[in-house]
Amino acid sequence: MSSMTKQVQQRAGLLQGTLDMLILRTLLYGPAHGHQIGKHIQRTTNEFLQMQHGSLYPALHRLEQRGWVVSKWETAPDRNREFKYYRLTEKGRKQLVVEESQWKQMAEAVARVMWPAAEEI
Amino acid sequence: MQWWPIRNRDADLERELRSDLELEEQEHRENGLPPEEAHYAARRALGNIVVIREQAHEAWGWAPFERLQQDVRYALQQLRRSPGFSFVAVMTLALGIGGNTAIFSIVNGVLLNPLRFPQPDQLVSLHESKPNFAEGSISYPNFLDWQKDNRSFASMGLSRRWSFSMTGRGDPEQLQGQFISAGFFAVLGVHPLLGREFAENEVQLHAAPVAIISEGLWRRKFSGSPNILGQNVELDGKSFTIVGVMPADFRLPFLTLSERDVYAPIIQWDNPLLMKRGGGLGFHGTGRLRPDVTMDEARADIERVTRNLADAYPDADRGIGATLVPLKEQIVGEARPFLLVLLGAVAFVLLIACVNVASLLLARAQGREREFAVRTALGASRGRVVRQLLTESLLLGFAAGAVGLGAAFLFAHLAIKALPSALPRTQEIGIDFRVLAFTFAISLVTGTLFGLAPALKTSRTNPQTALKSGGRTSTGAQHRTLSALVVLEMAIALVLLAGAGLMIRSLERLWRVDPGFNAHGVLDFNLSLPPSINNATVSEIRAKLRALDRTFASVPGIQAVSQTWGAIPMGGEDDTVFWRDDQPKPADDQHMRWTLDYIVDSDYLRVMQLPVLRGRFFTAQDDEHSPLVAVVDDVFAHKFFPGQDPIGKSIDLSNPIRKLVIVGVVGHVRQWGLDADDARPLRAQLYIACMQMPDDYIASSPTNTNFMVRYDGDLSAVLAGMRRANRAMSDEQVIWGEQTMESMITDSIASRRFAMMLLGAFAALALLLACIGIYGVMAYFVSQRMQEIGIRMALGGQRKDMLILVLTHGARLAILGIVLGLGSAVALTRLMKSLLFDISATDPAVLSGVSILLVMIALAACMLPARRAASVDPMRALRIE
Repeated sequence: MSSMTKQVQQRAGLLQGTLDMLILRTLLYGPAHGHQIGKHIQRTTNEFLQMQHGSLYPALHRLEQRGWVVSKWETAPDRNREFKYYRLTEKGRKQLVVEESQWKQMAEAVARVMWPAAEEI
Repeated sequence: MQWWPIRNRDADLERELRSDLELEEQEHRENGLPPEEAHYAARRALGNIVVIREQAHEAWGWAPFERLQQDVRYALQQLRRSPGFSFVAVMTLALGIGGNTAIFSIVNGVLLNPLRFPQPDQLVSLHESKPNFAEGSISYPNFLDWQKDNRSFASMGLSRRWSFSMTGRGDPEQLQGQFISAGFFAVLGVHPLLGREFAENEVQLHAAPVAIISEGLWRRKFSGSPNILGQNVELDGKSFTIVGVMPADFRLPFLTLSERDVYAPIIQWDNPLLMKRGGGLGFHGTGRLRPDVTMDEARADIERVTRNLADAYPDADRGIGATLVPLKEQIVGEARPFLLVLLGAVAFVLLIACVNVASLLLARAQGREREFAVRTALGASRGRVVRQLLTESLLLGFAAGAVGLGAAFLFAHLAIKALPSALPRTQEIGIDFRVLAFTFAISLVTGTLFGLAPALKTSRTNPQTALKSGGRTSTGAQHRTLSALVVLEMAIALVLLAGAGLMIRSLERLWRVDPGFNAHGVLDFNLSLPPSINNATVSEIRAKLRALDRTFASVPGIQAVSQTWGAIPMGGEDDTVFWRDDQPKPADDQHMRWTLDYIVDSDYLRVMQLPVLRGRFFTAQDDEHSPLVAVVDDVFAHKFFPGQDPIGKSIDLSNPIRKLVIVGVVGHVRQWGLDADDARPLRAQLYIACMQMPDDYIASSPTNTNFMVRYDGDLSAVLAGMRRANRAMSDEQVIWGEQTMESMITDSIASRRFAMMLLGAFAALALLLACIGIYGVMAYFVSQRMQEIGIRMALGGQRKDMLILVLTHGARLAILGIVLGLGSAVALTRLMKSLLFDISATDPAVLSGVSILLVMIALAACMLPARRAASVDPMRALRIE
């Protein structure tokens, strides 16, 4: 296994849990197809995540399997072709809240360990 | 999970990915990349489509199924690609699995399956315990009291075998019958097909004779007539009214699970001793426990009953207790140790087969290193590779299981047919659900067992080195594993060889045991006389019996004839009590001396060719008019007249009381079989002349007698001559139950022979497999070391050296295996102690013998690869690189 793929995989592992949350958060703006979601995340994270689009699709299908998003092939408003649009469900919305608060808690906990001084100021 | 939406969902995913690619490509083109590069950039941005698809499948939840399907398809492909390997592997394993299935089907049918009666666990076999017999027969009066006084049995029955001669329906015919108590079938939970069991009033003294017949007899002799009930059948000259028909599949729950043609109430047996408490008439009981009663409670209860009887009838019942044995234990108990030994042995064969295939796989895996390296490099995880390899080995396992099942079916049938007397319940052996489950399970375990080690080993290969080396490496670790497998095989083969060797030596010694008589040319048979003899006077009966002796003696080929009414060596037991005339008569039977008794004619000496040690045997002059004489064996003489000459001494018999003078001493005869005789408490033997038996005895059941004759020449010719002579005497006289003394001896060691043959077969199989194993591994080593050998030769090594190099390597493995095997054999052969005779479970001669045999054969197996090594052309070997 090359060191390059290893690095990517490690980052992917870190991402695994959060990718779901990022997708759900992205869909909060409204329905979007896979490519749009991917581009959005890449742009917003300044390409830091080095995410390949591909990894998005299994995640999307997983979310759909759990009932957090629904999908439908629809014609794009600006183009004359169909895309598979994903839409947040009510259940997905609730899940986003849960994941967000969990993430926040964890981030705070990590922050307290990593930068104790900042807390004291 | 349904399969059909998969394609839809896959197509959907495909379309989704394609549109992503297109958008991405478009973006890149808009950013100014040439179309070609834009295409590749888009693909890079998307990632590995195969992995995406797999992950999506994972998300949908059907990845495991799909992987299995893929693995199976791929494994089949692989196995097809090397048909030789697949065939050898499947056949090797099929041998092991087939053997195990066959033996298990026997164990299952005989030991595991419940008896075919309702609530079989409640059934108990009942015996009287007497000083000489733990499982002695129950007298009818005692049984009636047991039945009445016990509190732990829901019901109890009593029975004994009897052979009836049926007359009045065509040719007279001898029927296998059983005297039974009232309610005998109800105890077992079975019911007549037609009619009913005997009622209480039909088992009372002087009741009119009634009988139950088998479905077979009903169809054969009464053409299945629906109004059979109430018809009569003539048995032993008496007319019995048929009250019931037993279904054809009914078997008596005794050792051989025998069929009977006719059942009659015990009370119809004309035997003067029937109502005597001390009578040992061969009756044994069967009881059904009340549902809440344990064996121990029942034992205590019957103990109480027998104690009371001993108090009430001290003369007959003092010292008599009861033995209760669970019925199933009674039937199969003796078969258990040797069946379990066989099961253990055949498991070892399977183990060897596994090891063999494992080493095959391992050697083959070497050649497949590149394949797996490529797969790993392409992103297959280690787990995935292991799973792939295991799928292959499981497929092999199941294929072998299927082949083995068929083989087992055949084998079990043949084995049982070959030696029917070795096993009880043989007709219940078959392939049932449990056997199928067993085969499935061992196929699974086998597949995992032989597949796991090679799979783990192979999957650990580093793809980079494997790819670089062009698939021609062989690591030291791999060699060590292969060597360890060979050592293991050798060890297991040695254990099996030791077991088989011990069995063969045991049987050899057993065969050499002198039974005390010359069994060759001795025939035993029963004769039933015409019913009219019931009305003859005692002197007429005596005259008739003498005439029989004369008639049979005149048949060509017959050299000597004797009637035998008492015990028959290895055939039937009979005992009597006596006291020395020079000592006071003991108060009751239990304080008397016990001896086996043989009631024979003067020619018995010539029939059996017994050695006369002192004095003389009977002569024709020892008859009802001359002084009563007796002949004893040397065991009797030493036991009861220690240090004295028994000739001229007198002994007294009871029933009726009479005094006999000992006139001779003959050699001891092994009454209880070649192996068991020494250990039995009752070995003293007393011979009484037939014609000196009291009138009462002669008259008691004159319709049946037993003969032993010495013949020479062809048995069937002799038998035909006897039948002709018999016919000439009376149409109503039947010869039946004929068997040679030699076959009786053979039967007495049948289970040992069965065990020996199978153990021998298993050991041979193990030896063969181990040979193939060591040959395969050595051949592989040689092929791997071609270059090394080439270099050695180039540097001046001699061909002989190469030969020795390989042979020493093989010998080292074999000897290591033998040392390991000897350790295990010493621990394991002890388990088969009960099967051995006159030989220690760790007999040094056997152990060293099989060790040498194994080394020789291992070396022979290494010879081929060794010669190949010796014939290496150094130039060629080096040029291969």
